[in-house]
Amino acid sequence: MSTARAASEPMIRLDQLTKHYPGQEAPAVDGIDLAVPQGEIVILVGPSGCGKTTTLEMINRLIEPSSGRIFLEGEDVTHVNPDHLRRRMGYVIQQIGLFPHQTIAQNIATVPRMLGWDDKRVNDRVEELLHLVGLDPARYRDRYPKEMSGGQRQRVGVARAMAADPPVMLMDEPFGATDPITRERLQNEFLRIQEDIRKTIVFVTHDIDEAIKMGDRIVILAEGSRIAQYDTPEAILTNPASEFVEQFLGSGILLKRLNLSRVEDVHVATSEWMTIGPDSTAEHARQLLQQSGRTHLLLLDDQRRPARWIAEIDLDRQGGFPAELSEAGTRVQACVDSRATLNDALQEMLLNANGVAAVVDRDGAYAGTLDLETIIAAIREMRAKALDEASSTAARGVT
Amino acid sequence: MTAVAVGGLDSRVVGRERSLLRRLRYVGVPAAVAIACAAMYLYVQSQELDNIESRIINARVIRTAAFEQIEIALWATALTLVVAVPLGIALTRPWARRVTPIIIALANIGQGVPAIGLLFFIYIVLIRNGSTAAILGMAIYAVLPVLRGTMVGLQQVDRGVVKAARGMGMSKRSVLFRVEMPLAVPILLTGVRTALVLTVATAVLAAFIGGGTFGELIIGGQAQGRPLAVAVGSLGAATLAILADWIGGIAEDLLRPKGL
Repeated sequence: MSTARAASEPMIRLDQLTKHYPGQEAPAVDGIDLAVPQGEIVILVGPSGCGKTTTLEMINRLIEPSSGRIFLEGEDVTHVNPDHLRRRMGYVIQQIGLFPHQTIAQNIATVPRMLGWDDKRVNDRVEELLHLVGLDPARYRDRYPKEMSGGQRQRVGVARAMAADPPVMLMDEPFGATDPITRERLQNEFLRIQEDIRKTIVFVTHDIDEAIKMGDRIVILAEGSRIAQYDTPEAILTNPASEFVEQFLGSGILLKRLNLSRVEDVHVATSEWMTIGPDSTAEHARQLLQQSGRTHLLLLDDQRRPARWIAEIDLDRQGGFPAELSEAGTRVQACVDSRATLNDALQEMLLNANGVAAVVDRDGAYAGTLDLETIIAAIREMRAKALDEASSTAARGVT
Repeated sequence: MTAVAVGGLDSRVVGRERSLLRRLRYVGVPAAVAIACAAMYLYVQSQELDNIESRIINARVIRTAAFEQIEIALWATALTLVVAVPLGIALTRPWARRVTPIIIALANIGQGVPAIGLLFFIYIVLIRNGSTAAILGMAIYAVLPVLRGTMVGLQQVDRGVVKAARGMGMSKRSVLFRVEMPLAVPILLTGVRTALVLTVATAVLAAFIGGGTFGELIIGGQAQGRPLAVAVGSLGAATLAILADWIGGIAEDLLRPKGL
C-alpha cells in the first residue's frame, strides 16, 4: 500500500491528529497538521494548556490519539506496537526520570539492551555517549544518579535518549528544571552536539527565548494545539502572523533577535584589551596597562582561561613587590563561549564592571572580547536585513 | 560499604554515620536480648522449682514453644506475602481504580477485628486444627501492613521515572518488574517487617486454640498461679519478636537497591 518514500518526505508528519478526552467539551489537540523536516529542531511553543505536550506525547503514543495519523519516515505508525515505536525515538523530559537504582552506564544502556545489543557494543556506546555529553566515563559511569548534579543528570538524560541512535528525539522542556546558568550551558552544548548528529528533534518549551535560540523552526501553538504560525525564528520575529503571535512574542522583539545571532557570527575583538599571563609581575602589569591606555587588563591563568580583570588601582593596593597578581582585581565571573547567543553575551556584559564580556573557545581558553558597540552594530545589521526581506516579500506578494 | 566507596563527600559522611549506627544496632540488639535471657536463666536456676513449675519451665518445653511460634509466624508471613504483594500490585494498576478502596476497607476490617476473636472464629467455624487456624488468622491479620507497604511503595515511585521508562519503549510489564518494584522495595520491606513482628508477637494467641507457642507457658502459668512461668513465657515471646524485628532490619538494609 505504501510506496517508496519520496525524497521530500518529512521525518515526522502529523495528519489531522486529534486528542479528545472523554468528558471534555473541547479537544485538547484539534486536528493538527505538521511536517517535521529531517535533521531539524522544531520547537512547539505556546501558552500553558495549549496542548503542546499532548501533541508531543501523541508522536510516541504515550497518549493515544483519538483520530488522525502519525507518519514516521513516511510509514504510518498510528497503529504499530507503541513499545517498538518508542525505541525508534529518543525521549527526554523535564523530570529526566533517570532510574535511581541503576548506575549511569546502566541507565544509558536501557534501550540498547532492549534491542538486544551485545555487551561490548553497549559498553562502547555508553563510553562514546558520556564523552559526547562531556562526562568522563571513568569517573561517572558507575555512579548512581543521586551522586550527580542536576546539570549532569540532564546530560545523562540526553545521552540515554540518544543511546540507540534513534533518528528522532522528542524533548519535553528538557532544560526547564535547571538554573539559568546551567540551562544556558546545556543549551549551548546540545546545539554543539546537534551540529554533529543532525537528529530530527521535536522540542516543547513554554519559553519563547529558548524557542528562538534552539529552533530551526518554531511552531507557535494556540489553544487546542492550533498552529498560529510555523516558520523560522527570523521569519516569526520579522513577520508575526497574527496579533496572538505578536502578543506571545511579547515586548522587546529587537532584544529577542539577539537570541538568533551567536558570538561566533560577530566580530570578536582580540586586541582591544591587554592580557597578561600568570607568571608576570605587578610592575609588568602596570606598564602594560599604561601603554594600553585602558582601564583594565585581563589576567589569564596557566591554561589561558580568563581569570581576573585588573585595574591600575588594584595594582597599587598590592603595596610593595613582588605582589600576587592572582589575588588582584575582580574575578571573571563567567565567560561566554562562541556558541552562546548575543543575548547571553549581553547579560555577561551587564554583569561585568567594565561592560565587556570575555569570549572563550571550546576548551575555555581566551578568544577575545565582546563589547556593547559590537552588539549594537549587530542589531542594526539584523534590523536592516529584516526590513529588506520584509519589503521584498511584500513586493513578491507572498503572504 | 560499597555505597561509601562510590559516594561523594556528603553521602560519604552521612554513609559513615549511618553505617556506625547500623553496626551498633546489629550488635546491640542481640546482645541486649542475650543479657536478658541469661539473667532470666540465672534467676530460674537460683529458684527452688516445685513440681508444676518444673513441668512448665524446662528446656524441652521452651524449645518446642519457640519452634511452634516461629513456625506459625513464618507460615503466616509467607502466606501474607503470597496474597498481599500481588494484590497490592494489582490494586495500583490503573484498571483497578474502582475496586481499590473496597479492598483496602476489607483489609482494614481484617486488622480491626480483635485478633483473638478472629482466631476463635477461624478455629470453630473453619479449621479444627490449632496451628493451621492460627497461621490463617495471623496471615489475615498481617495482610494490611504488607498490602499497604506494597501500594505505598509503588505509588511513591517518581512518575517521571515511569514516564521516561514507558517513553523509551519499555513494556508495562518490564516497567513494573525492572523499575517500579525495585524502587518500591524499601517501603515494601518495611511493611513485611511490620507483618513479621506482628505475627511473631500475636502468635502466642495460638495457645488458646491448642497451637502451642510461648502462649502456653503464659496461659498455663496464669491458670495454675505460677508467675515465674508467665514471666519465662513472656520473655520468650518478646525475645522472638525483637529478634524478628532485628532480622527484618538487616534484611531491609541488605535488600534495599543501591543508589536509593
